[in-house]
Amino acid sequence: MFNFPDSPAAVSAALSDHNYLTDEGLSTVVYLAMTMQRPLFLEGDAGVGKTELAKVLAAWTGGELIRLQCYEGIDASQALYEWDYTRQLLHLRTAEASGRAESDSEAIEDELYSDRFLIRRPLLQAIDYSGEHRPVLLVDEVDRADDEFEAFLLEVLSDHSVTIPELGTLGSGKPPLVVVTSNRTRDVHDALKRRCLYHWVNHPDLEREIEIIRLKSPEADAALARQVALAVQAMRGMGLYKPPGVAETIDWSTALGKLGESILTEETIKATLGTVLKYREDQERVSGQGIEMIMAAAANG
Amino acid sequence: MDETPNDELISNPARIAAGFSQLLRGLGIEVPLSRVMSFVQALGWVGLSERHSVYWAGRATLISDPEDIELYNRAFEVFWERKRPSGLDVELPAISVSIATDSDEEAADVDPQIDEDHGPTLQLRYSPTETLKDKDFAECDEQELDELRRLMGSLRFTSSLRPSRRRLPTKYQTRHPDMRRTLRSAISMGGEPIHRKFVQRDRRPRRLVLLIDVSGSMEPYARALIRFAHATVVGRTRVEAFAIGTRLTRITRELSSRDPDAALRAASGAVTDWSGGTRLGATLKEFNELWGLRGMARGAIVVLLSDGWDRGEPELLGEQMQRLHRVSHRQVWVNPLKHTPGYAPLAGGMAAALPHTDDFIEGHSFESLERLAEAVSA
Repeated sequence: MFNFPDSPAAVSAALSDHNYLTDEGLSTVVYLAMTMQRPLFLEGDAGVGKTELAKVLAAWTGGELIRLQCYEGIDASQALYEWDYTRQLLHLRTAEASGRAESDSEAIEDELYSDRFLIRRPLLQAIDYSGEHRPVLLVDEVDRADDEFEAFLLEVLSDHSVTIPELGTLGSGKPPLVVVTSNRTRDVHDALKRRCLYHWVNHPDLEREIEIIRLKSPEADAALARQVALAVQAMRGMGLYKPPGVAETIDWSTALGKLGESILTEETIKATLGTVLKYREDQERVSGQGIEMIMAAAANG
Repeated sequence: MDETPNDELISNPARIAAGFSQLLRGLGIEVPLSRVMSFVQALGWVGLSERHSVYWAGRATLISDPEDIELYNRAFEVFWERKRPSGLDVELPAISVSIATDSDEEAADVDPQIDEDHGPTLQLRYSPTETLKDKDFAECDEQELDELRRLMGSLRFTSSLRPSRRRLPTKYQTRHPDMRRTLRSAISMGGEPIHRKFVQRDRRPRRLVLLIDVSGSMEPYARALIRFAHATVVGRTRVEAFAIGTRLTRITRELSSRDPDAALRAASGAVTDWSGGTRLGATLKEFNELWGLRGMARGAIVVLLSDGWDRGEPELLGEQMQRLHRVSHRQVWVNPLKHTPGYAPLAGGMAAALPHTDDFIEGHSFESLERLAEAVSA
């Protein structure tokens, strides 16, 4: 049962019930986004749990998770709505075959542009939602879309309604909980950011990362979780091409757990390195000179 | 919050928010009124009693760039914890010699009458322009540089186009039908799609990324090149500019002002390592990690303006150039030394970078920058 949170601490507790550990900053921002009904704009390195947050919010609030993955060239017909042309054409042909087309073309046009032939894309689904709980709208990697798309997104997010010329204005009046994520490949327009609450998501600190491992991969026992967390934190300081994120940490400890390992050794690290490091250069660097360093870091804990 | 600077303020969150925002603005963070209002609203929800709630409410509403977090933290300490603001003065980047001072001097030096006197000067100016065009920036005096900067404003870029995923209506027959328009016209034909409509792929300019070396050895050129960067940033939307030296500074925003003097002033204020040393490899690595490989350089044309003198290890520069080359569309190295007779790109860094460079051109004069403009649009 979903109870609206009355403080950031309540948010933090509820999210950790759903296996998502937040820090003070993130729980405050989530709390504010919910009470102020503002979109939440999350930036941070890949794999720190931005997308995961939206999923957990949906699980917690009981709202449906509606995901809009942005990519270059995305436009209204993929993000908002489109007409089902094939079925419209079929309908038109049927009408023609039954001889209605000539006598009653206006009525047919109305039929063609009715809800029946409307394909609802994520934004429209989220805005015109008929379910009981507010949905969670995840606009993922908004920096990948063109800047024109941002202006369009801004319009939709601020009005919470959409006007379709053939149909009229749609909108349920229940604004969805919006999470926008960006990897910062370019600057998102200030106007969009201004409308949102902003949060930069950092890598978790050691203790939190251990907790996360314990939660997410129960196969790994406490000692292993600690070693893995120490090792990953050491790797982040090595200036790798792609320092491992939390997602990789979880993959790694799950892999080790599945292999039945209870302690990090040089061999196990080598065998499972592909779950943490995804660049050949990074793997070479770590196995070349880094493993001892990592072992040392892991042993210190 | 008992630590608030003025007890009188406690009862009034709006006043506190406005005061704090004022302080942030003083530190150079842009805080529009709408953000202040959001902050007040957020304070209403989290209350003023907990220090960390106030901190996070402000961070979520007042700033939206990770670069601003550090400044925000300091401002927060000063405002809410009555720390002495002296630390601020010390830590704020010292603004060293800047273009601004130069251009101010020039403005004072130039006889205003010359500008007012329109008819005859027009012709007089014409010929010096021609000779100026291939004059080495290092040999130009201030007035000539000023003239060149004006010329650069007239440079226009059209960078090469790439197919976009967006599709546009076309009157030609392509392989992609436009169902929406086809259906529209079919209605009036009794449901028969007699007139078929089509779409075609749109084409968009590639992103242009400029990396300008501002180290000591580049000094005679760096200023001219920054002016050149301004011309490109203003000319089109998809340009990113960075200053590289001992550290990486993004100057795209600073250069986006239409007024060249204001833009240059802002950019030189942002760059703190003018005429310092060069750590090309390390700075390029920073660029790759923070911006380039995340997507900014993907499919882009990357232009490096540098003489290739690097105090760091050449291997690092080579490695980073290779990394960048894997995602970029084209890599152009502009080296002002290239026109020097007897110059060969043998200096450690330059030699290491050359295998990962598509175009190696000179950049010592206006004419060579015109060639760069051509190379970029090829």
